[in-house]
Amino acid sequence: MSRKPYVREISHTTWYLARRRDLLHMAQEVTSLFIGIYTIMLLWGVKALSEGPGAYQVFLDALGSPLVIAFNWITFVIMLYHSISWFSVTPKAMPVQIGEEFLPGGIIAAGHYIAWVVVSAVIYYLAGGFNG
Amino acid sequence: MTQRTVELSILRYRPEEDDKPWFQTYQVPCDEDWVVLDAINYVKDHLDGSLSYRWSCHMAVCGSCSMMINGDPALSCKTFIRDLPEGPVRIEPLANFPIERDLVVVMDDFMEKLQRVKPYLIRSTEKPLEEGQHLQSPAELKKFKQYTLCINCACCYSACPQYALIPEFIGPAALTLAHRYNQDSRDQGRDEREDVVASNEGIWDCSFAGACSDVCPKHVDPASAVQQMKIASTVDWFMRRLGLGGGKS
Repeated sequence: MSRKPYVREISHTTWYLARRRDLLHMAQEVTSLFIGIYTIMLLWGVKALSEGPGAYQVFLDALGSPLVIAFNWITFVIMLYHSISWFSVTPKAMPVQIGEEFLPGGIIAAGHYIAWVVVSAVIYYLAGGFNG
Repeated sequence: MTQRTVELSILRYRPEEDDKPWFQTYQVPCDEDWVVLDAINYVKDHLDGSLSYRWSCHMAVCGSCSMMINGDPALSCKTFIRDLPEGPVRIEPLANFPIERDLVVVMDDFMEKLQRVKPYLIRSTEKPLEEGQHLQSPAELKKFKQYTLCINCACCYSACPQYALIPEFIGPAALTLAHRYNQDSRDQGRDEREDVVASNEGIWDCSFAGACSDVCPKHVDPASAVQQMKIASTVDWFMRRLGLGGGKS
C-alpha cells in the first residue's frame, strides 16, 4: 500500500496568533526593534558630538521634541519588560552547581539585577550624575 | 464511580480515502479517573475500530501516545479528562509532523536528528580493562541526569515555533541529548558533536521561546540545555580568538 502523508501548512505571518505562549514570545522579540532604534539614536548622538558643538546642539534639540520624549518613555517601559522577562529566564541559561546541588534560580536572577544596578550606577557616575 | 459523557473531537485522516484531515466527534462515557488515552481506547474498542493512534505503556514512560490535546502537545496517558475545561476535547496528531494516518505522525525526521548528534558516549582515549570502571560522583551524575529523562515523545518539537518555521532545525530533544552526553564526565565527544550542535541548524536556530520546556511531560527543560550550549559555544569562540584553545569550529 502506498503512503500519502499529509503535511499541515502553517502561516509564516500569523502563526503566533494561535497560542498565547507564542504571542508573548513574539512580543518579547518585537521589543528588540525599539531597543535597536534607541541604540541608533544614541549612535547618532555620539556622531553629532564628534562633529562639534553645533551638530550636538541639533541632536539635543531633537531629543527635546515631544515625539522623541514619547518614544523614549515607550522604549523605557518596553526595555523594562524586555529586561525583566530576560532576567527571569537567566537561571535556565546559566545554572550554578555547588557540590551536588544547584543554586536556586532566584539567586541567579537576583545576581543579574544587582549587576544591572551596579553597571547603571557606574555609568551614572561616569556621566557625572553624582556631582549634582 | 462518577461518570460523565465527554465529546471527543478527533482529527481523522485516512490516506486511501481522504484528501485532507477532518474532525469526527464521539460521545464517550468517561470515568472520573480516566486520562485522554482511556477515552480514545474506549472509542477504538466500542465506537470506531478504524481509529489509528500510537500507545504502549500507559504510564508516561514510553513516549508513544503524545498528541495535541486542546491545541497543546501532551501525553494522552498523563492528561486527566477531569483537568480539562468543560466542553468538547479537541484531539489532533502532533503538530509540525506529517500525518501518516489519524493520530499517527511520521517521525522519520525526528529520528534522523536524534542520530545526527551522536547520542552515545564517545571516548578519544580508551582505558585498559584492568583499570576498572569509569567512576562517576553523585555531583557529576546530577550535572546531566535531568536530561536523561527524555522519553522521545516529541512534544517539544510540536510546541517549538522555530521547528515549525524552519524544518531543518535540529530541535529541542536532539540538542538536549547532545548536551546530556557533553555534560557526562565519561564522555570525550563534545568536539565531534559541535559540527552539528553549533551549526546554523543547531543551537543558533533556537530563539529561546521556551515552549519546549513548558510542554515537556518529564520536566527535562530542553530550553535550558540549548541556552547552556549557546554559552559554551560562545566561550569557545572567544577562547579560540584569544589563542587559548576552546574546542573546535
